[in-house]
Amino acid sequence: MQATALEARQLSATLGSVEVLHAIDLALAAGRWTSIVGPNGAGKSTLLKALAGLLAHRGEVRLGDQPLSALPGRARARRLSWLGQGGPGEGSADDLMVYDVAMLGRLPHQRWLAAPSEADRAAVERALRSTQAWEWRTRPLGQLSGGERQRVLLARALAVEAELLLMDEPLANLDPPHQADWMAVARALVGEGRTVVSVLHELNVALAADAMVVMAGGRVLHQGGCHDPATHQALESVFDGRIVIHRVAGQWIAIPH
Amino acid sequence: MSSQQRRALVLGIVLLALGAALLVLGAGIGSTGFESVLDARHDPVALQIVRDIRLPRTLGAWLAGALLGLAGAVAQGLFRNPLADPYLLGSASGASLGVAIALAMFGVSPTSTEWVVRLGLTGAAFLGAVLAVLLTLLLARGVQQTLRLLLAGVIVGVVLGAAKDLITIASADILQAIVGFMLGSTGLVGWSACAVMGALGAACLLLGWMLAPLLDGLALGEATAASLGLPLGAMRAALVVVLALATGAAVAQTGLIAFVGLASPHLVRSAVKTTHARLLVLSTAMGGLLLMAADLLARWLIAPQELPVGVLTAVLGGSYLLWLMHRRSARGGF
Repeated sequence: MQATALEARQLSATLGSVEVLHAIDLALAAGRWTSIVGPNGAGKSTLLKALAGLLAHRGEVRLGDQPLSALPGRARARRLSWLGQGGPGEGSADDLMVYDVAMLGRLPHQRWLAAPSEADRAAVERALRSTQAWEWRTRPLGQLSGGERQRVLLARALAVEAELLLMDEPLANLDPPHQADWMAVARALVGEGRTVVSVLHELNVALAADAMVVMAGGRVLHQGGCHDPATHQALESVFDGRIVIHRVAGQWIAIPH
Repeated sequence: MSSQQRRALVLGIVLLALGAALLVLGAGIGSTGFESVLDARHDPVALQIVRDIRLPRTLGAWLAGALLGLAGAVAQGLFRNPLADPYLLGSASGASLGVAIALAMFGVSPTSTEWVVRLGLTGAAFLGAVLAVLLTLLLARGVQQTLRLLLAGVIVGVVLGAAKDLITIASADILQAIVGFMLGSTGLVGWSACAVMGALGAACLLLGWMLAPLLDGLALGEATAASLGLPLGAMRAALVVVLALATGAAVAQTGLIAFVGLASPHLVRSAVKTTHARLLVLSTAMGGLLLMAADLLARWLIAPQELPVGVLTAVLGGSYLLWLMHRRSARGGF
């Protein structure tokens, strides 16, 4: 029996007046990379937000052995890092320098208004280097392309050095080499014993994870290992049989048909 | 120290140095000309003109501009909108309504220099500005939803503006006084007004600076700021307090001065990309410099007459805004 990093019990959430998540029970294994997949509107991002404690919800989210809501904001922020998918209502931060953006990830660790410590600087440099964004550190975010910007935001989330990372479409705008880099980062994080949860539309990347959560219509349809034929079946059926999963060069590949 | 930090430091020093230079220049500009400064040593009237009229007025222009620059930077960070300005939460129309009510009730003229009257008017303007912000907060049911807050601010602005118009129509003799207030003027700022603005400005700047990390976090979006463990509700409320107090203090002493609050943060950002802690300080210095320079121009352009400084800032600021929009749309923004 593997330790559980994050657990949802009867989790329901509404956006506006519409219930988007319906009584979800989910346990995410610690020290593993879990990908969440499903068609548009399945409630993946909402689930991730609720799991990060950023959305009012019914039911309970537990981090380790305690309810997430019982943790003070800063303590939660040190243990759990969330990367949003941008989009409407989210900020642009065009006028902030890349280095300053990444340093925001250290806010939960810093005393209020204290200058960044050596540890903060080291963490930010590690994070920016791991997404190959270090060389832009003195450029404002507004001057970067979509993919470059995404790598900076990813570095911001990594700079928290939390035990648990929740990432919503971290591959948005990334070209294939940097998608591969992101996978290496996720693998390295898991190798250090951290837990990675990612909402992904790139099924081939999602299939490279340890475990997969398949969602549709605000419910979890299936949860299982990425090598499990039952998971593949659930994945094929949730996309109306419009994909088939094959093994190519040692990897699981989803092919549209 | 990174290059941007160095630029920020240099910009700060330049802004303050220019401000000090203009303050000296401001002592020499007025309806009696530069001779007053030369005569000040042996002519008590000239000394009084320089010491009790020109200096406090020039310093007052800097302080009011500084308050507006600070409020503008806070507003743009808080609402994450580059076109946000300090009057967004209805404080401008609240202040004018307060002045209109005071004028209609007591029938006083804003050009009166009697201190009781002045105090009554500035008090009414300040009270009006703060009450309007409170009304906006009430309508928006707190500070949680930025869009609601913006809409409530617009509605409060329109309704209070209409109320002010009604009062003005009902007692037409206050029309000229109201227009004078709406145009904005630094002509009546004395040392006591400088002291009030200075004290409030220092408090607001300190509070704003302490809350600056929240503005940085908000730049990444509300959800990300919340995920960083920032107590959004409490800090946003404190920022609204800064916004209301800084704007109220400036408006009460100098009337409605347009565009200084909007333009200052933009001018700073076009020179240096930095975090909000530095942006707030620099925008404060920039606002002070802008209004002080505009005030000097207003006194000098058609001397010995003078232009209402609010008109001048509106013309200059409006042109700047048009240029900014043009540049942004040329780059594909907006």
